[in-house]
Amino acid sequence: MAPSSARLAAWMPKLVLAPSFVLALLFIYGLMAWNGYLSLSASRLLPNYEFVGFDQYVTLFDSERWWVALKNLGIFGGLFIFFGMAIGLLLAILLDQKIRAEGVLRTIYLYPMALSFIVTGTAWKWILNPGLGLEKLVNDWGFAGFQFDWLINPDRAIYTVVIAGVWQSAGFVMALFLAGLRGIDDSILKAAQIDGASLPRIYWRIIIPSLRPVFFSTLMVLSHLAIKSFDLVMALTAGGPGFATDVPATFMYTMAFTRGQIGLGAASATVMLATVAAIVVPYLYSELRAKK
Amino acid sequence: MSATTIAPASPAAAAPWFRWDRVALWSVLLLFALFFLVPMYVMLTTSLKDMAQVREGGLLSLPTAPSFDAWAKAWSSACTGVDCGGLRPFFFNSVLMVIPAVAISTALGAINGYVLSKWRFRGSELIFALMLFGMFMPFQVVLLPMSQILGWFGIASSIWGLVLVHILAGLPSTALFFRNYYVGLPDELVKAAMLDGAGFWRIFWRIVLPLSTPILVVTLIWQFTQIWNDFLFGVVFSGAGSKPVTVGLNNLANTSSAVKEYNVDMAAAMIAGLPTLIVYVVAGQYFVRGLTAGAVKG
Repeated sequence: MAPSSARLAAWMPKLVLAPSFVLALLFIYGLMAWNGYLSLSASRLLPNYEFVGFDQYVTLFDSERWWVALKNLGIFGGLFIFFGMAIGLLLAILLDQKIRAEGVLRTIYLYPMALSFIVTGTAWKWILNPGLGLEKLVNDWGFAGFQFDWLINPDRAIYTVVIAGVWQSAGFVMALFLAGLRGIDDSILKAAQIDGASLPRIYWRIIIPSLRPVFFSTLMVLSHLAIKSFDLVMALTAGGPGFATDVPATFMYTMAFTRGQIGLGAASATVMLATVAAIVVPYLYSELRAKK
Repeated sequence: MSATTIAPASPAAAAPWFRWDRVALWSVLLLFALFFLVPMYVMLTTSLKDMAQVREGGLLSLPTAPSFDAWAKAWSSACTGVDCGGLRPFFFNSVLMVIPAVAISTALGAINGYVLSKWRFRGSELIFALMLFGMFMPFQVVLLPMSQILGWFGIASSIWGLVLVHILAGLPSTALFFRNYYVGLPDELVKAAMLDGAGFWRIFWRIVLPLSTPILVVTLIWQFTQIWNDFLFGVVFSGAGSKPVTVGLNNLANTSSAVKEYNVDMAAAMIAGLPTLIVYVVAGQYFVRGLTAGAVKG
């Protein structure tokens, strides 16, 4: 081979990766920095690069609406993660008991994950609507006093988002745990059985502890899903009634794109980024280190 | 469990056909199956009713005279905000967006994954780690700068702008999928081909790509589902003529009219959900592999 073409061949992998790498880096870190800069600017309806320091963050944390959004994220995130994990683990353990129709059941549990949150949200909005939905159904069954107005009750509406979110994601958690369960060495279980340990005890003492890495990655996935959740809230309640079900993602969208508060929207996005980074970066770091 | 059961508590052990613990197990499993299926059942039956039945019948009642009228209305004449052309234009926007976005992001993922697994160089692992964070970052941070960039390129509010954003957002996950799959291919394949004088591209086309069918299917399905279901980019970066189907559905369901037509809403939701649902039913195992691969790094 001629020397020049040999050199080209040696550079080929880097040349091929370069465009994607540069684009991804600009897209991820470049835009992050840009957004960070916007959050320090006086931008309102249009970007305006006059530097105002942390004013937007002060405004943000003075805003009652932002605190409502944070509180909702706490309620939604906590319940969504807890119930998602609990139902997912339960289903995975039950499905692991040599169930004949496992494939069919698994398909049923997991199909919501293939749907858009907008589709899910639209469906639950109809099911939970106080006039003709679940409330009327239970009334028709003879419980005339039954009331279910969570969807339009400012104090309860966020819990309807939890219901729909868990419905959508529990099957996904089940799939993750099931994969983990299938990876456990059978011989340990056989030995425990021969020792006379009961099935619940084996699960509690041996199997669940050995799933710790799966718990960890599931927690990671669910918590960043919770922080990013936007579509479901938009479709189910659109942040309402009023702004009772605002979460940071809908707050950011409203400020940046409908209220003409670009700087404030950018500041809220930066806070979201910092939260996700605080959770995910140590995880990614340990995962990549463990591989070496 | 009764004391007379001598068999060990293993579910694998030959058991009598009727045991209380199996009954309990199956009841829980079936109850959850019901919990997951009922919303789909409600969606489907509601979409086949007329409004009189929706009002009089219960949530769970079967349509007395099933008809596709609500589907027809949702498809071509329901109002989404001010215009009343149904979901059809939005649906085709999604089709036009999803095809190039999925094809290009998958192709880039295959090549990037190939480099990151079989042609590692100093710093390539760091590059990979830096890209991985893109899978987790909240996209809210890119919305404002990106809308300005799309404006500069003159593709704001166009389908091409959406395609570009989806390709960029898909770079990390597609590279991850292919990299993790190619790591499992023996290095000897590549080394032997190199000894025979094959270069970077020849090895890719002749050896690696023909072995890639499973991961290609996983990635295509994953990207298709992600991009078809996306709402955030769709609502921020699209204009009047380029809104995807999720935005159309949301506008349709949130258009306030004198009479809320839940049957049309449900038909529209079914229409928007059917493409990914069909893919899931046909190729569910690949979809699940994408899900778990996206969650468990490495």
